Formats: sequence, structure tokens, C-alpha cells
Amino acid sequence: MPLTDSLRDDILASVPSLRAFAISLSGNGDRADDLVQETLLRALANIDSFQPGSNLPAWLFTILRNLFRSDYRKRRREVEDADGSYAKTLKTQPAQSAHLEFEEFRLALEKLPQDQREALILVGASGFSYEDAAAICGCAVGTIKSRVNRARSKLSALLYVDGAEDFGPDETVRAVIGGSGG
Amino acid sequence: MKDVKSRNAAPGKQGGLNAEIQSRIGHQLRAMYDDVVRQGVPDRFAELIRKLDTPEGNAQLGAAGDKNDGRE
Repeated sequence: MPLTDSLRDDILASVPSLRAFAISLSGNGDRADDLVQETLLRALANIDSFQPGSNLPAWLFTILRNLFRSDYRKRRREVEDADGSYAKTLKTQPAQSAHLEFEEFRLALEKLPQDQREALILVGASGFSYEDAAAICGCAVGTIKSRVNRARSKLSALLYVDGAEDFGPDETVRAVIGGSGG
Repeated sequence: MKDVKSRNAAPGKQGGLNAEIQSRIGHQLRAMYDDVVRQGVPDRFAELIRKLDTPEGNAQLGAAGDKNDGRE
């Protein structure tokens, strides 16, 4: 369909959640905004292929996800220690307890396999149905369900069960978090 | 948080997912996500869409649609 004013407004209204999705996927704000920009360019360039009345956010998320996937594969070959260096920059930053808890969670999220991470975000944070998430990821509904379940149990293992040695916060951080009372 | 951690560090770890932990994970996931959502639409994106919504911008889009990666 052509780009009407209301469609343009709807696309703009999707930007905040597209950014949140991009940041959750990439763990990097700058890269996430580049992804969102590329997504908007693609969407507007291919706006004729959008079916009026269909799910606009799902369509945009699909574009972003596919861009992230191709980008990820490319970068993987270029930069080997991407997540390692990111983890280090986080560890050297003193911040409030809420922020640290945030980063602890984000790091755990980054340890999930990509398939599981995106399924969990789409269903657990973006609020898509299992059906929409399956359409976005191009897989069966049952596959999404099992990925979400595996993601949840892995996160719970990383954060609350046996992640203490290789993942848990150091003593300073622990003291801050403990002091916050949750 | 400390309580949850120490309690579940006990043996018999993964005997079914603890509902409390699951709700905590769900909460943290949404908190992280909503933190970004609340930032709204950064100017660069509002501008981008405004700029592209012109005849010149449309011509540019034609090019962006073909290219795989225009930025790098």
C-alpha cells in the first residue's frame, strides 16, 4: 500500500519498541539504532509489499530481525570477541544498583543462543503472541514455545542457580545489590 | 534478590522452574525493554521519516531498497 499519513504515523509509533528489540538483540545501543534506521529505510522502500490491515509491528520486527541476522553473521567473521569486550566495558562502570542488576540481566540474556533470545524477547517483552512470534522468526508455533521455555530455564540457571562463579557479580556489586533490598 | 539466589543455590536445583524466579525474569525482561521504549522516538528517526516522505526522499528509497547495505 502507499505511504499514507496514518501509516507513517504508525511506523513512527513502532520506533520505540523496534529500538528496544534491537538493543535486546544486539546488546549495543549504537548498533541497535543503526539497525532501526536500516529497518525504516527498508520498510519505506518496500512499503508496497505491506498488506493493509495486517500487523505492522510484526512486519517491521521481521525486517529488523532479518537485518540483524545477516549483519550478525557478517560481523561474527570480522570481530571475534565482540561480546567479551562489551562485557568488560560494563564491568568497569560504577553505577547504581538498579543499573547493575540490569546489566547482569542483560549479560545473561546475551549468553542465550540467538534463537532462544529473540523468542523470549518477542513473547516476554514485546508482547507478541506465539503465533506472531513464529511468523516473525519464520518457524512453527511449537518451536517458539520450546525456545521460550528453554530461554527461561537457561536464564534462571544463569542468574539464580549455578551462575554464581562464572557469572555472578563481584563482592562490591553484590553488596550494592544486597543493600538495595531488591 | 540475594534471598532468591541463596535459596536456589541449594541442591535439587532444576526441579521444575520456580514460579518466583520466572516472574522475576519476566519482570526484569520487561523492565529492560520498557526502559528503552520510554525513551520515545529519537529525533533522528522522526527526521529521517520526514525527509524520506518527499519526492527526493522517495528517489533515495528506491536505491535503498535495492542495495543490501547502504551504510558501510
